[in-house]
Amino acid sequence: MEHYLSLAIKSIFVENILLAYFLGMCSFLACSKKLETAIGLGCAVTFVLTLTAPANWAIHEYFLKEGALAWTGSASLAAMDLSYLNFITFIAVIAALVQVVEMIIDRFSPALYIALGIFLPLITVNCSILGGSLFLVEREYNFMESLVFGLGSGLGWFLAIVGLASIREKIRYSNVPPGLRGLGITFIITGLMAIGFMCFAGISL
Amino acid sequence: MSQAATTSPAAAPPKKPPLQLLSKKEKKILKDPLWDDNPITLQVLGICSALAVTVQANVAMVMSLAVIFVLCLSNVAISAIRTWIPDQIRIIVYMAVIASLVIMVDQFLKAYLFEYSKTLSIFVGLIITNCILMGRAEAFASKNEIWPSFLDGLGNAAGYAAILMAVGVLREIFGSGSLFGFTVVPELLYDKGYVNNGLMVLPPGAFIIVGLLIWVQRSISGYAEEN
Repeated sequence: MEHYLSLAIKSIFVENILLAYFLGMCSFLACSKKLETAIGLGCAVTFVLTLTAPANWAIHEYFLKEGALAWTGSASLAAMDLSYLNFITFIAVIAALVQVVEMIIDRFSPALYIALGIFLPLITVNCSILGGSLFLVEREYNFMESLVFGLGSGLGWFLAIVGLASIREKIRYSNVPPGLRGLGITFIITGLMAIGFMCFAGISL
Repeated sequence: MSQAATTSPAAAPPKKPPLQLLSKKEKKILKDPLWDDNPITLQVLGICSALAVTVQANVAMVMSLAVIFVLCLSNVAISAIRTWIPDQIRIIVYMAVIASLVIMVDQFLKAYLFEYSKTLSIFVGLIITNCILMGRAEAFASKNEIWPSFLDGLGNAAGYAAILMAVGVLREIFGSGSLFGFTVVPELLYDKGYVNNGLMVLPPGAFIIVGLLIWVQRSISGYAEEN
């Protein structure tokens, strides 16, 4: 239990998927102008990440990993290493799950559906989702660990985008140099947020 | 992600004087993304990898080459099959094309440049979700002929590579006092009390450097956003 708790805290704060690994920057920058949109997108990303991480773990474990097909009982299948198919399989799973989430949101919260607009389908190409799946392969997590890691990374992403959106809502009233307006200042704020999050690195778990 | 992409129709090939490699329009397609319409600083595409792989200049270079390869070929492939792709499933088709190309790059790096493959770790795979690829496929390659699409891919990838290299070089010089692995900051400076800026190697340094680069680029090109 303690192990999972420490993994969760690590993925939310210490190794925040956005502020430490830069994953999911595009939608992070584009959707952080309004707090409401940011919260909606943050929830959607958390949800998709929590689903895709264990799903992709299972696919990697039982189909693609070297020797993963041993459960079929056939020696020639067991000898296969399909891990080069990781990328294309993961992205297909993610695209399918995003489609499902899109339909659910459309059904239950049309307002959020309209607010998220183009960025909902674009969760597919949000690097944090694919990055999460690739990390769990690289770090050889087990099923529970992938679930916790997916949820933790999603929450970390949520926290980062909500924080940035709140700051950006306030920065609208300040006098930023023209060339720095918009993207430039957002980057510098993100940098400062990243410094803030680095403080958590001191926590020993 | 941004809609700022220029989508001019295909350049008309005839009336070209001989010996001229590129028509004026084609030159524009190739040159615009280098400065006036830079994918990173103006179109805001492909930021993730720009930050993550730029601790050292040579890693940034390998990444740039990988993106140049994938973007040129994906633009060509998508442009070649653009009339056959049904509109509803175009995103998935783009993904399939891009993912296949990235698998090629990944296998190549694993076979011949294993060290870099280890350093880049998941970021090679993340070229798939690099918005620059989808963005150019959707905004340009799906509407234009093969040759302009190739040039557009080359131009955008080069613009991306330019920023990537700039960030990589700055971070390596200020963060570790070296360039492409060779020490460039003279010993004399260290004796006088100069210290490498550790922040540059860490993630926050990347954010701040990119922010400042955007500031410089936009101040010179005179582009300003609404606050």
